Amino acid sequence: MKYVPTIGIECHVQLCTKTKLFSEVDNDARGKEPNSCVSPVDYALPGMLPRLNGAAIRYAILAGRAMNCEINAFSRFDRKHYFYPDSPKGYQITQFYQPIIGPGFVELPSGTKIRINHAHLEGDAGKLTHFDSYSLVDLNRVDTPLIEIVSEPDIHSAHDAHDYCKELWRLMCYAGVTYGDLYNGNMRFDVNVSLAPEGSSELGTRAEVKNLNSFRSVERAVEYEISRQSKILDDGSKVIQETLGWNDATGKTTGQRSKEEAKDYRYMPEPDLPPINLSAEFIAEESAKLPMMPNDYREKFGGVIKDDILEILLDYPALMTTLQQLEQSLSGHASARPVVTGEPRSSSVVTSGRSQKALVLVANLFASVLLAEEKSAEYLNDLPTAAQLSDLAEMNEKKELSSTATKEVFLKMFDPGMRGKDARTIAKELGVVQENDLGALEAIVDAVLAKPETQKAQEDFRNGEEKVIGFLVGQVMKESHGKANPSAVQEILRKKLS
Amino acid sequence: MKIANSKVSAVRLVEDALKKAHEFEDYNIFTFLNDEGALKKAREIDEKIARGEKVGKLAGVPYALKDNFLSPEGETTASAHILQGFTSPITATAVKKLEDEGAIMIGRTNLDAFAHGSSTENSYFGPTLNSHDKARVAGGSSGGSAVAVALDIVEFATGTDTGGSIRQPASFNGVYGFKPTYGCISRYGVVAMASSTDCVGFFTKTPDDMDLLMSIANGKDSKDLTTLDDYYNSQSDFSRLAPSRPSLRGSGAHSAPVVADGLEKSDLRIGIIKEFDNDSVDSEIRKALKEKCKLLESKGYEIVELDMPALKYALAAYYIIVPAEITSNLSRYDGVRYGFRSENSSDLNGLYANTRDEGFMPENKRRIMIGNFVLSSGFYDAYFLKAAKVRTLIVKEYENAFSKCDFILTPVSPNPAFKLGEKVDDPVAMYLEDLMSVSLNLAGVPGLAIPAGKNSDGLPIGLQIVGPRRSDKNLIEFANELKEGA
Repeated sequence: MKYVPTIGIECHVQLCTKTKLFSEVDNDARGKEPNSCVSPVDYALPGMLPRLNGAAIRYAILAGRAMNCEINAFSRFDRKHYFYPDSPKGYQITQFYQPIIGPGFVELPSGTKIRINHAHLEGDAGKLTHFDSYSLVDLNRVDTPLIEIVSEPDIHSAHDAHDYCKELWRLMCYAGVTYGDLYNGNMRFDVNVSLAPEGSSELGTRAEVKNLNSFRSVERAVEYEISRQSKILDDGSKVIQETLGWNDATGKTTGQRSKEEAKDYRYMPEPDLPPINLSAEFIAEESAKLPMMPNDYREKFGGVIKDDILEILLDYPALMTTLQQLEQSLSGHASARPVVTGEPRSSSVVTSGRSQKALVLVANLFASVLLAEEKSAEYLNDLPTAAQLSDLAEMNEKKELSSTATKEVFLKMFDPGMRGKDARTIAKELGVVQENDLGALEAIVDAVLAKPETQKAQEDFRNGEEKVIGFLVGQVMKESHGKANPSAVQEILRKKLS
Repeated sequence: MKIANSKVSAVRLVEDALKKAHEFEDYNIFTFLNDEGALKKAREIDEKIARGEKVGKLAGVPYALKDNFLSPEGETTASAHILQGFTSPITATAVKKLEDEGAIMIGRTNLDAFAHGSSTENSYFGPTLNSHDKARVAGGSSGGSAVAVALDIVEFATGTDTGGSIRQPASFNGVYGFKPTYGCISRYGVVAMASSTDCVGFFTKTPDDMDLLMSIANGKDSKDLTTLDDYYNSQSDFSRLAPSRPSLRGSGAHSAPVVADGLEKSDLRIGIIKEFDNDSVDSEIRKALKEKCKLLESKGYEIVELDMPALKYALAAYYIIVPAEITSNLSRYDGVRYGFRSENSSDLNGLYANTRDEGFMPENKRRIMIGNFVLSSGFYDAYFLKAAKVRTLIVKEYENAFSKCDFILTPVSPNPAFKLGEKVDDPVAMYLEDLMSVSLNLAGVPGLAIPAGKNSDGLPIGLQIVGPRRSDKNLIEFANELKEGA
C-alpha cells in the first residue's frame, strides 16, 4: 500500500548568550575543563534561586521573528521534574504552559511553508559520558539557554525534513542567536514520524527519533522510519508509539523506551521566577534588530548571483554579510540600524551594473576559491573587508588583474603577513598588476616585433594564419614578465601587423 | 538591645551568650555552637572600637541563626540527616546584611527537618524543649530560635516562616516573632521549603528591636527575583504621628500605607475574625484576645468584626500548594553532590532511593508524597490548580478585610504549647496547629506574634497582628500599643 508520511520536528537551539540562562557564569564552555563553568545556582546548592538572563529574552525575540512568529507579551516558567544526574535541581526550568514564542512559519527554499506551533525558553541539561561501570557528569552545559522550536506536522518527506532543519539552522545563525555548531550539539533535532494510508484523514501512530545532530542524519532517519513503518503496516501489524535512537553507523533506529510508560514530569509553575511581561515597544524595538535573513538575501541577490552559488554561500552567514557590506559600499548605502550580528535588513534589489559585476566576481571567488581551500573554516573567521574586495573587483574590471591574478591576490588577503592590506598593495607585492599603459605596451610590442625569431610568425599572420597571433602575444607577455594585459597586447599587435 | 561600645565589649557580650548557651544545653536549642568563630569576630569588633573606627548598628550583638540559613560557619543541616556534612561555600543575603552591621552568630538553632513541622520534634537532632515547660514542645519549625531568645541567651534569632514557623514558636515561648510581607527579605541562601510562601523573619524581645532588624535585613536582592523594592525604610513613622494616627484603609492592600495627618484614634480600626472566635480555640487564648481588644478600645481604637469565610479553606489549600513546592524543592537532595549519601546502593536509582529513604524524616517523606500526588498529571487540575484558585480568593479576602480595618488581631494558634509526643503521631492534629497562621503566607501579608501574658499553667499566650502587604513597619510600631502594661 502507499503511505503518506507526516513529520513534525522539535529542535533545540543553544543560545550563544555570554552568561547562562539562570546564573552569571560563562555560557561558552568550548575548550574548557568539565565542571569549570558552573555556579552554585547551576549545581543546585540548597537555597539557590534562579536569576534571569535578559539577553536570552532578547535572543528569543530575534529567533521568534526569524521564524515569522508572534512574540507573547506574557510568558512564564514552569518546572519539569525528573531524577537524572544531568539535572542537579531534579527539575528543568522550562515554559510548559505559557511560552514566549507563539505561532509562525518557516519557508523552505522550495517555497513550501512549515508552520511553527510555538517555541519556548528553557535551560539545557548537563552532559553525561558513560563508561562500562560508571558515568562522568559535566555540568558546564547546565542551564545554557535553549529555545525549543516545535513545528506543526506539516512535513511529508525526508527531503523536506532535511531542508526544514537546514533552513532553521540558517535562520538561527543569521539571527545571530546561536553559534550553530552542529557537531557540538548547538542544534539538536527530535523527529516524529507517522504513516497513514494515502487518502486517509487520520494520522498513524508516531515514533520519535531523538537527538539527531545533522541534517543528513535527519534525512536518513526519516527515510529509514518510513521504510520500517511501511513494512510493519504492510504486514498488518501496528507501529508502537516509542522513542527511538539513531545509529549513524548502522543507519538504523533502535528503541529506547516505550511511551506507554511515559514519564510524568509533574509540571508546576516556577515560583522563584516572576512572569515575563514584555511591552509592545520593547518587542518592536528588539524585533527591529533582526538582521538580513536568508530570504532577504535571496530576494536581493537572486537575479544577480546564480541560484546554485547563492544557496552554497547562504550556508555561510559571514560570506553573506561581507557581500551585503560590499553591495552597500558600492551603492553608497551605510548600515543604519544596529543589529546584534549580521546586517540590517534591506531588500532593495541590486541595480547598478558595476555592483552586479563586483558581486558576481566576489561570490564566485567565495564559492570556487575560498570554500575550496583546505583552511576555509579558518579563513571564514577573518574575511577581507568590503573595501579590500571592492578594490579587487575594480582592478579586475579595469583589467589590471587577470583572472588568475585576481584569485592570487584574493587568496593572499588571508595571508597573515598581508592581512588588512589593500588589493593594489598586495597585487604590487605579488608583481601581478597588468600593464595597461598603451605607450609602454607599444614599446614592448615593437621590441618583440624587431626580434629575428618573430619574423616568420609575422609573415605567417599577414598571410592569413590567424592562430600565430597567440604565439606573438605570448612573446610579448614573456617580454613584459607577464604584466601586460593580453587583450590590449593583441589589439596593438593586430594594428601593427595590418 | 545591648550593642558593644567602649564600655561594654563585644567579647563580653559574646562570652555571656555562649556561657548561657552551654548552661541551657539540655533544651537542645543548638545544632552548632560557634565558640571560636564568634569570639574571634568579637575581638575584631572590640579592636575597631578601640581604634575609634566606625562599627555597625549591631556591633557585637550575639544572635542565633536558624540552621536553614547558609553560611560557611558550621554545617548548614536544616536539622536533616540528608544535609549532614554540608558546609556552605556561600552566605545567605540576610546573614550577610546582619553580619555587615556587626552581629555575631553564636550558634545555629534546631528546627523541624527542612522546616516541616510545628513542634521541632521532626528534627534529626531530636526536639527542642519549651522555654517555660521542659515537658512541652518549643513549637516549630523555628523552635530553637524561639527558645534561644526566650531564655535570653541571645538578643535576637533568625527564623523562616512558611505557614507559621516563626509566629507559632514565638507564641509558645512568649517572645515577638515576625513574618514580613512576602518578598521583603531575600531568600537567597535559605534552604527552600515552599518558595511562594517562605519568608525570612526574626525573634526579638521588643518591637523596637524587630524594627531595627527589619530596617537592616529588608530590601531588593538581585539574587532573589521575588524580592520587593526597599519600601520598609521609606514607610511613614507610625509613632511620630500619635495621637493623630495613620489609617491604612482605602490605600489598597498592595500599596504602602498612606499616613494621613489629622486622623483621630477612633479612625484606626482593628479587625477581629469571627471565624476564629469559637470553641476550637482555647478559652484562655480567647480571653487574652478580648482583653487586648478592651485595651485598644480604651486607647480609642475601634474594634470591628470581620467575616472571612474563605479562611476556612486556607489550611486545605496550604497543604496542597506547600507540599507541591516542597517535593520540587527537595528534588535536589539526591546524594550526588553534597550532604549525606547512602552507602547501600549498587546503581543510580538505588543511590537516589536509598539516600532519600535514609536521609529524609517521615514528615519530609509524607509531604513529598502529597506533593507528587497533587502535581501528577491526572490530579493537577483537581488539586494544585484548585488550591491556587482558593489562594486567589484568600488574597482577595484579605484585601477586602483591609478595606474595613487597618490591622487584624487574631490568635496565632488554637492552643498553647502542647506536650512532647502529644501530636507527633497525628499529622492532621499537627497540621491544625497552623489553622490561623497559614492564610497570611498564602496571601503574602505580614504578621507579628506578640506575647499576651500566660495561661493558668504558666504557659505563654501569643496573639498575632496582621497588616496589609507592605505595612510591615507600621505593624511593628503598632505592637507597642499592645505591650503589657502599655
